[in-house]
Amino acid sequence: MTRTIAYNFIQLLFVIGFAPLYAGVLSRFKENVQSRRGPSIFQPYRDLWKLFHKDEVISLETTWIFRVTPYLVFVIPLFVTSLIPVLTDYPLAFAFMGDMLAGGFFLALAGFFSALAAVDTGNPYGPMGASRTRMVGFLAEPVFMIVFFTVSFVAQSTIPYIVQQKWIASSAAFFSPAHILLLIAFLMLILAEGGKIPVDNPAGHFELAMIDESKGLEYSGRGAALMKWGGQMKFLVLTCIFLNVLLGPWGLAHGQQPGDVLLAVPLILIKVLMFVVVLVVIESSLAKLRLFRISEFLGAAFIISVAAMIASIFSGSAV
Amino acid sequence: MNGAQIPLAEGLNALMAGLILISAFGMVATRQVQGVMRFFILQSAFLAISAFLIGYSRSSIHLWALGAITIAAKVIAIPWVLKRTLPGDLYERREIDQVLNIPASLLLALLLAIAAEFLVGPLVAASTDPVVRVNLPIGLAGILIGAYSLIARREALPQLVGILAMENGAFFAGIALAPDLPLIAELAVAIDVVLIAVVIGVLTRDIKRVIGTTQAAGMTELREGPQPWH
Repeated sequence: MTRTIAYNFIQLLFVIGFAPLYAGVLSRFKENVQSRRGPSIFQPYRDLWKLFHKDEVISLETTWIFRVTPYLVFVIPLFVTSLIPVLTDYPLAFAFMGDMLAGGFFLALAGFFSALAAVDTGNPYGPMGASRTRMVGFLAEPVFMIVFFTVSFVAQSTIPYIVQQKWIASSAAFFSPAHILLLIAFLMLILAEGGKIPVDNPAGHFELAMIDESKGLEYSGRGAALMKWGGQMKFLVLTCIFLNVLLGPWGLAHGQQPGDVLLAVPLILIKVLMFVVVLVVIESSLAKLRLFRISEFLGAAFIISVAAMIASIFSGSAV
Repeated sequence: MNGAQIPLAEGLNALMAGLILISAFGMVATRQVQGVMRFFILQSAFLAISAFLIGYSRSSIHLWALGAITIAAKVIAIPWVLKRTLPGDLYERREIDQVLNIPASLLLALLLAIAAEFLVGPLVAASTDPVVRVNLPIGLAGILIGAYSLIARREALPQLVGILAMENGAFFAGIALAPDLPLIAELAVAIDVVLIAVVIGVLTRDIKRVIGTTQAAGMTELREGPQPWH
């Protein structure tokens, strides 16, 4: 029991420690593919360091929501981390405290508070970005739900640790249409939730066009650092759900020894690196969608996830 | 059903089924003629791979030949024929005007896919063959979605692709039900399909030359003499 709690904390440290690296590798690799040099992969760490050492300015007009939000945004991905398999393929101490649905609700809570905080300052760009984020959010929500329902149909459970074992039970389960459709729908969802290119431009700093970035526009100093770090952790957590729960549990530690868990760290990093390649290909080969085309993009994700659900109910081939 | 005993080939066939369904949705969701055409080529390629896989798992030489015919006819010949016969601007840029907008079309396509699953439900329940269980509903969904895009599109070329997508769906269901279909029948169908593409391509080009548009909605009235939209 003590050991699984310790492993859970290793998972938390993994997410806290490597989320900025993930963002750094992603942006560096993207710049390289687009034949530019790009910042160092450790740049996000330096940014965070710099922001933590700066003074924080908070408008007198704001309420407690504005002050609490950075901490929520930072902490909530950690809650989700303790529910999902990041390093081990057997359930850890907190695994049965909540299922994937709870994880989705947690992330939605962070989104809700950051939208409120953006409105709180009265800056015209904040509410604009907040309303756009909400638009993406409420279009993404049904996809989340349907994906989880499909998973629960297939695996008879929504506990991530149980779900991940179902896909590799047989080659038929892994290649079943339900699984493939589910993966594509969730990939589209990650792009939308992480503010990646077909939906939002993560590198853009033009206030009128930004969606995801604009939520943290009014923050400075420590608040800005926490918002940034929290956003990076959220993206790493979503990636871990995609790679470890929905794709398959390869690379996760199977043994109970501390050495096995530590060995899983580089393996999972390699897995994430392969996903970075996929993301860079997507981000470099597509153009950003116009705002009102986003509903079509997420609508397509919704259709695909529902198709996955009917495929898993009717054909029953995934069992 | 014991999943562990299904060979890998049939698992991969199920993967192709998922991809075929996605490319059918893609054909409905795309605005540009080029994009519709690309999804069609992709779908045909997945279809050919599926034919190879089933041919491998059932050791049927017919299906191998069928896959080869599919690649020759639908992945290579039809796009090439259409590219040759149609004027470039028709093929490349035009945004398609649809009866319904894209999200509504996608929802309808989804309903059609659900209906397909319902309709073949009793048939599938009677069969224990995993390939039939996968191919039959998705083949029927392909037929229905193809028929829908035939109705909803207003441009000649996407309508043609709708017909061809219906053929793809029928083919996908067919290779599961009748793996030993005489080769001559499939050969005839393949040549037929290419001929349809040639005829529609040439027809469309001439319509475009005479009338100046290929929108089906603009061709409801027959007139002689100078056209009002010239």
